[in-house]
Amino acid sequence: MPLVTPGIGLVFWMLVSFTIVFLILKKFAWKPILKILKEREENIEKALKAAEEAKLEMQKLQANNEQILAEARKQADAIIKEAREMKEKIIAEAKQQASIEAEKIFATTKISIENEKNQAMSEIRHQIAEFSVLIAEKIIRKELDYEQQKTYIKTLLDELKLN
Amino acid sequence: MIEFNKQLCIFLILVVLFALPVSIPASEDTTQHAVNEEKFNPGEFIIDHILDAHEWHIATIGHTHISIPLPIIVYSYKQKQWHVFLSNKFHHGHQSYNGLALITEGELKGKIVEVDELGNIDIHAQLPLDLSITKNVLQIFIIIGLLLWVFLSVAKYYKENPSAPPRRLASWVEPLVLFIRDDIALPSIGHKAYKFMPYLLTVFFFIFFANLIGLIPVFPGGANVTGNIAVTMVLALFTFAMTTFSGNKSYWMHIVNAPGVPWWLKIPIPLMPIIELIGVFTKPFVLMVRLFANIAAGHIIALGFFSLIFIFGSMHWAGGYGISILSVSFAIFMTLLELLVAFIQAYVFTLLSAIYFGMAVEEHHHENTH
Repeated sequence: MPLVTPGIGLVFWMLVSFTIVFLILKKFAWKPILKILKEREENIEKALKAAEEAKLEMQKLQANNEQILAEARKQADAIIKEAREMKEKIIAEAKQQASIEAEKIFATTKISIENEKNQAMSEIRHQIAEFSVLIAEKIIRKELDYEQQKTYIKTLLDELKLN
Repeated sequence: MIEFNKQLCIFLILVVLFALPVSIPASEDTTQHAVNEEKFNPGEFIIDHILDAHEWHIATIGHTHISIPLPIIVYSYKQKQWHVFLSNKFHHGHQSYNGLALITEGELKGKIVEVDELGNIDIHAQLPLDLSITKNVLQIFIIIGLLLWVFLSVAKYYKENPSAPPRRLASWVEPLVLFIRDDIALPSIGHKAYKFMPYLLTVFFFIFFANLIGLIPVFPGGANVTGNIAVTMVLALFTFAMTTFSGNKSYWMHIVNAPGVPWWLKIPIPLMPIIELIGVFTKPFVLMVRLFANIAAGHIIALGFFSLIFIFGSMHWAGGYGISILSVSFAIFMTLLELLVAFIQAYVFTLLSAIYFGMAVEEHHHENTH
């Protein structure tokens, strides 16, 4: 029956043309297509893996950042606290120093005032004595003559000698 | 659906014959040929389509055949020389040429035979070697042209855009390529699959394209390529040769001395080796028959539905019209089914080939279990 009897001509042409198309497609189509598909898949896989890694890294970094931030905040707090303490200390010290200094100044001022005062007093006294002497001289010069003076002095000298 | 135009033309002829009674006596009077034409023979009509031909018949209008003449390449043993000429020299089998004739009837139908000086068929002469570019051969060339165009341009696209997503033709081809690689080759063959991928892809797309083109009823398609046993035989031979040549030691050991089989099945009568050896040949044989039978049957059924129209039409014109509705709807259904079959048969052939390759290259590690 012709239906199930392979024709020799068709077998020949099929053999030849299928072999040729197989070889051409193998070399110029399938190999590059399969290679590129494989490469692309590998690339995608690699990219996905890299993305996953990047994500993990990011998370780690973020955690790190937070830690660093927290630490920094803590440090800042500590610094601020320290600064405040230092400020207070400085202020206290300054106050103390100032009061001591003030006291010192006060004391010296007091002494110098006393001195000045004493000096002024002695000067005043001196001046008053001089003025008194002058006034007294003037008064005495007016009331006493030489002889009276002489006797008075003599008595004074005597008094001195007696003392 | 197949050769739709041919049927449409016969249908139109019949319509004309029935609608215009005037033309009937005219056509009856002309020749014996016209009477034959009027009497519709579905078996012959279907078989004519299923078999190969030396011309590509497109339509018959009236009694004029419109067909593409195809090159005849014949080596005549009697004349001891090659003949190359176009098939229209035979005038559809009505004339002999260069001492050769095309038989149109009987057991040698479609064959080219030697004729003697008087123009009679030389029965005693050996049939010439016929390497003509027949309808199926031309169809194969068309399919191959299509394959080369599609896949070379796809390869070009991939080379130009190696990391871009597939577009146009590539987006159509890629899922199928991946399907063959990931669902056929890799599970059946394993890590050696890449060695067989080019063959599996070629055979899959060849069968798939041939099946689909076979469903187109008019010229660039419609030939029954994968429903021809010569074509499926060559495909099966390829699978057989690749299986045999890539068979490793354990594959042959399984045939000669199958492990895990009781010894008395091997000695004194080597029953198992014989069965295994037969299996080596039945595998490709089954591949050949399955594809051929499925596609040929699909074509036969579709044509059968159309033939119904003319069988009923020859009884009464109303019968033809009436049954045509049913026939066409069934034929459409069959064509849709054939679209599915086109893919399934390509898939099955590729899958079985892959499984046979897998058996040939598999490394067995078991000692006493099978």
